[in-house]
Amino acid sequence: MTDHIDIIRVEGSTRHRAQKRFQLYGLLAVSLSLAFLFIMVGSIVLRGSSAFRQSFVQVEIELPADAIDPDDVRGTRFGKFLKQALRNKFPQATTQKDKKQLYKLVSATAEYSIREQVEDNPQLIGTHAKIWVRTSSDVDIYLKGYVDTDLDESKRRLSDQQLEWLALLQQENKIESRINTKFFTGGDSREPEQVGVLGAVIGSALSLLVCFLLSFPLGVLTAVYLEEFAPKNKFNRIIEVNINNLAAVPSIVFGLLGLAIFLNFFGLPRSTPLVGGMVLALMTLPTIIIASRASLRAVPPSIREAAMGIGASKVQTTFHHVVPLAMPGMLTGSIIGMAQALGETAPLLMIGMVAFIVDVPQGITDATTALPVQIFLWADSPERGFLEKTSAAIMVLLAFLIVMNLVAIILRRRLEQRW
Amino acid sequence: MNSIVMRENINTMIEHSDFAPENSIISAKNVDVFYGEKQALFNMNLDVVENSVTALIGPSGCGKSTLLRCFNRMNDVIPICHVEGSITLGGQDIHASNVDVVSLRQKVGMVFQKPNPFPKSIYDNIAYGPRIHGMTTSKAELDEVVEKSLKRAGLWDEVKDRLDKLGTGLSGGQQQRLCIARAIAVQPKVILMDEPCSALDPIATATVEELIDELRERFTIIIVTHSMQQAARVSMHTAFFHLGNLVEYGATSDIFTAPKDERTQNYITGRIG
Ligand SMILES: Nc1ncnc2c1ncn2[C@@H]1O[C@H](COP(=O)(O)OP(=O)(O)O)[C@@H](O)[C@H]1O
Ligand SMILES: [Mg+2]
Repeated sequence: MTDHIDIIRVEGSTRHRAQKRFQLYGLLAVSLSLAFLFIMVGSIVLRGSSAFRQSFVQVEIELPADAIDPDDVRGTRFGKFLKQALRNKFPQATTQKDKKQLYKLVSATAEYSIREQVEDNPQLIGTHAKIWVRTSSDVDIYLKGYVDTDLDESKRRLSDQQLEWLALLQQENKIESRINTKFFTGGDSREPEQVGVLGAVIGSALSLLVCFLLSFPLGVLTAVYLEEFAPKNKFNRIIEVNINNLAAVPSIVFGLLGLAIFLNFFGLPRSTPLVGGMVLALMTLPTIIIASRASLRAVPPSIREAAMGIGASKVQTTFHHVVPLAMPGMLTGSIIGMAQALGETAPLLMIGMVAFIVDVPQGITDATTALPVQIFLWADSPERGFLEKTSAAIMVLLAFLIVMNLVAIILRRRLEQRW
Repeated sequence: MNSIVMRENINTMIEHSDFAPENSIISAKNVDVFYGEKQALFNMNLDVVENSVTALIGPSGCGKSTLLRCFNRMNDVIPICHVEGSITLGGQDIHASNVDVVSLRQKVGMVFQKPNPFPKSIYDNIAYGPRIHGMTTSKAELDEVVEKSLKRAGLWDEVKDRLDKLGTGLSGGQQQRLCIARAIAVQPKVILMDEPCSALDPIATATVEELIDELRERFTIIIVTHSMQQAARVSMHTAFFHLGNLVEYGATSDIFTAPKDERTQNYITGRIG
């Protein structure tokens, strides 16, 4: 007979409690960070989602054939027809002040929108057309329910008179809320109802492309040289330490460097994705080098021995075996580095990517802005209408980031090989 | 380590390693190896007989791997490692300035302790060596080399239907035979094996041992092993090392039945290890 062997777990033993406590702390930390993330994203979505809709108003507009040359629609001013149409709709607006308020119901860019619609549809000329145009931002914001009508009239952007007109238009179903496609297809604008993020998105994408094309080959080659070929001497130790230091340099310093060297010395064009990408490449390079070296180090030495054992030279061993095995890690590292670069604002401000540019860039030498700078610009604008646009642009930036990280994950899954 | 003991070792070593075969392919003369300040091999003299199996035995850390890696200059890649003395392959000094390490390693292949196939297809594992050395001119010729190498390594029947599958997906024993096939594919003269069976189960070990027995007709094999039985089974000659010295070297049967040195005797009877 053996003695009783005690293997029963003792609840409440010190070891047991320590483990439970630790698990609790971990859980607490995770839920706390999740909560913060949730609050942050939630508040952005709450504030920003209304930016994806825009109010439109229908105007019945007289387009006299004798005043519009069908061959020169572009040169025609439609403002006066629009104003006439508005006055016809609300004839009681007779004073200068009332008329001004009346015109302010529609977007300041409405006459261009009418022009475009007439250009697309020349048979409208000479008719009594019903045309939908954007409301002004103030009206849009009111219709989205952001304006407290109990407030004294003097403290509101819209007067009682204007609200009355709007109520009438709503009754006649002449106001509609539509999906704001312009936000995804347009560039920047002075008018909040008219802005789009496409210019900034393309600007960011082009900058990142330049950044990747410059920093990835350079970073990977540097890492391969330092990790596989460089003799371990004092000189290379110094280079190594400095690369690590470079990764910690504040990004604005790189912006200043870009301003001094790329713009002032080499005379490259200001505000362009070319220079933006170069500056971001400077910043990303250390990250890529460090990530690439780590993934080179993670390649088991047995693979190097195997290749050298059958007579592969150092270069063959490195480029046939080690680099392909390290590639997934290098790519993920680079994409993470670039995701960081995507959010960088300060260095881009230094090289003039903060300029107000309406056109969507066509190439890397067109002046443009970038998403984070666009967010900064809109956040800095006093108009109430920019508030929702700012949050919406942040959502676009986050989506861009998520896409980049997904690409990193997919690449990694695809390329990863087991040994 | 006690340096007085070491002096003594060197003296006894000279006394016992008087085995000087005629038909030697590799010959080490007065080889000293250092890792930084630390000396790992002391005044090594060893002649390896052509087309035979030579076993290197001895306790851990006595320098067996170090010596093996001298023969194909794999120690070159360890920055702190420093080799002195002369090593000849077929009469040529392998440290001569006109020697191409790449050609040397083609002639002196190596199989490692842990099977290390490339994470590529079985076919590419074998084909890689002939490709980089430009040994074949056509795809058909390469196919033939792959087939022949796999057959010689006794692996052909097991893998002929899945040559495009990952080499790393094979079992441990198959992987090690794949590595042997990979070494054979570049037509070496000598194959160095560093404890090739230490990561394998007994059945896989037996298969590899049989393979070694067949290979010795074409190749000179130098095998480091921890297992006395294995040395006795596969080798013709055995060298016993202790603390960086060659203690005794001779026909395997002599070493195992009538060791001259007390340390050899202690080791093979399991008293030091
Ligand atoms: N890369 C290395 N750096 C420093 N010392 C080493 C290295 N490789 C081996 N040594 C030392 O050299 C001696 C012999 O090692 P090794 O040849 O691996 O022995 P064995 O293969 O007989 O077990 C050991 O003392 C070991 O610590
Ligand atoms: Mg060893």
